[in-house]
Amino acid sequence: MTEARSSQARRTDPRGFVLKAIEGLKSAILPVAVLVFTRVDDGVQAVLLVSLVAGGGLLLVSLLVAYLNWTRLTYRVDASDIRVESGLLSRQARSVPFERIQDVAMTQGPLARLFGLVELTFDTGAGAGEDISLAYLREAEAERLRAVVRDFRREAAMAEAPVEESGDTSRFLFGMTPGRVLILGIFNFSLVAIAAAGGFLAQYDDFLPFDLWDLEGWRERLAGPGAWLAGLGVVAQAIGIAALILVLGIVGVATGIVRTALKQWNFRLERTDKGLRRRRGMFTKTDVTLPVRRVQAGIVAARMREKLFGWQNAGLVSLAADAGASNHDIAPLARWEEVRPLLEEAGIQPPHHLLSWHRVARAHAWLWAGWRLRWWIVLSLICFGAQRIVEPGGPLSLAWLPAVPLIIGLIKGLRTFFAIRATRYALDEVQLYVRSGWLSRRLELVPREKLHSVTIGSGPVGRRLGLASLSVGVAGTVVAIDGLPRDRAMHLREQLLSSMRRRDFSHLN
Amino acid sequence: MDEPRHLTPLDPRYRRVLVIRALIWAAVLIPAALIADLALDEFPNIIWIAPVILAVVQAGILPQRRYRSRGYAMTSEELRTVQGVWNHWDITVPFGRVQHLDVHQGPLERANGIATLILHTAGTEASSVSLEGLALEDALTMRDTIRDEVQARSR
Repeated sequence: MTEARSSQARRTDPRGFVLKAIEGLKSAILPVAVLVFTRVDDGVQAVLLVSLVAGGGLLLVSLLVAYLNWTRLTYRVDASDIRVESGLLSRQARSVPFERIQDVAMTQGPLARLFGLVELTFDTGAGAGEDISLAYLREAEAERLRAVVRDFRREAAMAEAPVEESGDTSRFLFGMTPGRVLILGIFNFSLVAIAAAGGFLAQYDDFLPFDLWDLEGWRERLAGPGAWLAGLGVVAQAIGIAALILVLGIVGVATGIVRTALKQWNFRLERTDKGLRRRRGMFTKTDVTLPVRRVQAGIVAARMREKLFGWQNAGLVSLAADAGASNHDIAPLARWEEVRPLLEEAGIQPPHHLLSWHRVARAHAWLWAGWRLRWWIVLSLICFGAQRIVEPGGPLSLAWLPAVPLIIGLIKGLRTFFAIRATRYALDEVQLYVRSGWLSRRLELVPREKLHSVTIGSGPVGRRLGLASLSVGVAGTVVAIDGLPRDRAMHLREQLLSSMRRRDFSHLN
Repeated sequence: MDEPRHLTPLDPRYRRVLVIRALIWAAVLIPAALIADLALDEFPNIIWIAPVILAVVQAGILPQRRYRSRGYAMTSEELRTVQGVWNHWDITVPFGRVQHLDVHQGPLERANGIATLILHTAGTEASSVSLEGLALEDALTMRDTIRDEVQARSR
C-alpha cells in the first residue's frame, strides 16, 4: 500500500511490544495459576518446573505475537490526515482527516510510566470503540503528534471564529413545580416495588418471626380469629382481595412518586450563553449544559396515560458526549404551549400549520398486522391438534380453548394496524417530522442538515408490494419511516441528501 | 427491481472469494457431520445431508446472486452502496459526513487482491458502512478521493 505523497512512515516505540506482551500475559496468569495449583501435591520442585515452563512458554509466544504485530504497525502524519496501517493476517489501513479529530487523549498505565511511554488516542465523532489508538509512543513523540493536531485545529478554529455571545446572562426557561413532580410521579406508578418486596421475602424470610411458607402454621393462625373471617364467606373474601389490590396500588403509586421526586426535584432549565443548562435532583443533583449547536434532534413523547390528560415529555438528542446519555429531558412533563418555545430555543422547529402530513401505505399496515398474528395462529393450531391427538376428552378439551391465542393475536394485530395507520410524516425546508403511536404518541423532529446517512431498505414481501423503508442516521438516535411507496422513498432520499450536501459536518457541530 | 444498471459492479474476484469462503465452511462442517453419523449408532446416517445442501447453496448458488445484488455508485458528493439478496439495503453517505476511513483486507481478500472500504459516520444508524469486494487499487484510490473531499469540505 504505497502512497504518492508520503511523509515518512513511522513505527511505534520498540519497547512498546514488550509492554504489550506483558499486558497480553495478564489474561494468562489465572490459567497458569490453576495449572500450578493442580501440581501442588507433587512437591516444590514440580511446582517450580511447571510454572517456569508454562510461564516462559507463554511469555515467548506473547512476545513473538507482539513483535510481529509491532513490525506490521506503522503510522504516518501527512499534510491532511493521520494514517495507521496494521494487522498480521488481516491488513487494515485507517485514514483519519485532522478536521475530524475531536479530541486527543494520552493515557499511561503504571508499567508504561516506568518506560516513559504513552498510549495516544484520537477521538473522532464516530461511535464509541471506533477511536484510533497508537500504543505505545515515547512521551515526546506523543506530545509532538498532539501538537500537530492541536495546531491544525486552532488554525481551523481561527478561520471560522464563532460569534461570541456577550454577557453571562442566564434566562429561565422551564421548571417543575412540586405539584407537577407529584403528577409525573403518579403517572410513573410502578409495580416493580411490589415484585421487589416479594423477592426480598423469598430471599430473606429467615428474618421474619414466623415461617412464611409454613401452610400448617397459617391454618392454625387463621383458626383463631381467622375462623371467624373464613366463616364470613364470599363477601369478606372479596373485600379482602379488594383491600389487597388497593394496598398494592398505593405502594405502586408511592414508589413512582418517590422515584420521580428524587430525580426531577427542582428541575430547572435555563438559557445561558453556553447553551441550555439543566439542573435537577433531590439528593444527587445533576447539572448539564447542552450546547445548542450540538443538538441533533428533538423528541416529544407521551405515554397513553399522559396523552389522555394532555401532557407530554420533551427531550433533545445531543452530540455532547461529555453529558453521558445522548437523549436529554428538557421538560419531563409539560403542556404543548410550554414545549413549543423550548424547542425553538434549542434550534428545533415545532410542527406548523403549513406542513402537509403524509400517511404510510395501507398495505404495509395489513402486512405487519398479519405478521404479528403468525405465532398466535401456530399456537392456536397446536392447541387444536393437542386436543385431537394427545388427550381426547381430557381437561384441556374445552371447545373454545384454541380460540384464545387467536383472539389475543387479533388484538395485538389490530393494535399494530392502528399504530401504523396513525403514523404520519412531513418534510419542510429545514426538518423531517415523524409522528407515530396510536394510544401513545411520539413526535420526532430532525433537522435535515444534521443527518449523517440515508438508508433505503426492503424485505422480500414488501418489495413485491412496492414498499420500502427510509431510515436516517442521526447521532444519538434512529429515525425510520417504514412502509413508504418505493418511488416516494427515493424522492425523499434525494431531497434529504440535497440538504445534507450543503454544509460539512465540521461546520455544523 | 432497483436500478442496478446505474451501479458500478464489484471486482469479479470477489465472487471467487465468496465461493472459497463457503468451501472452507463446508470443509469443516461436512467431516464433522460424517463423524457425527459414525458416532451415533442409533440415529439414521442422514446428518451429512444438511451440510452438503448448505455447501451447494452457499458455494454454488449464493455467490453469483450476492455478487449481482451488490454494487456501488460514487459521485463527487457521496458514496452509495447497495446489497442484499433477501433483504435489500441501499445506503448513501455524503462525504461531508465521513469521520474516518478504513481499507481492510482479510487473508483471503489479500490472496485475491481485493479489499473492503469502510466509511465511519457519527450517526447511530450506519455508523460504519462497508463496501466489500473492491479491487485493492480501487479501494485505495476511493479512500484517497474521499479523504480529499472531506478535507476540501471542512475548510
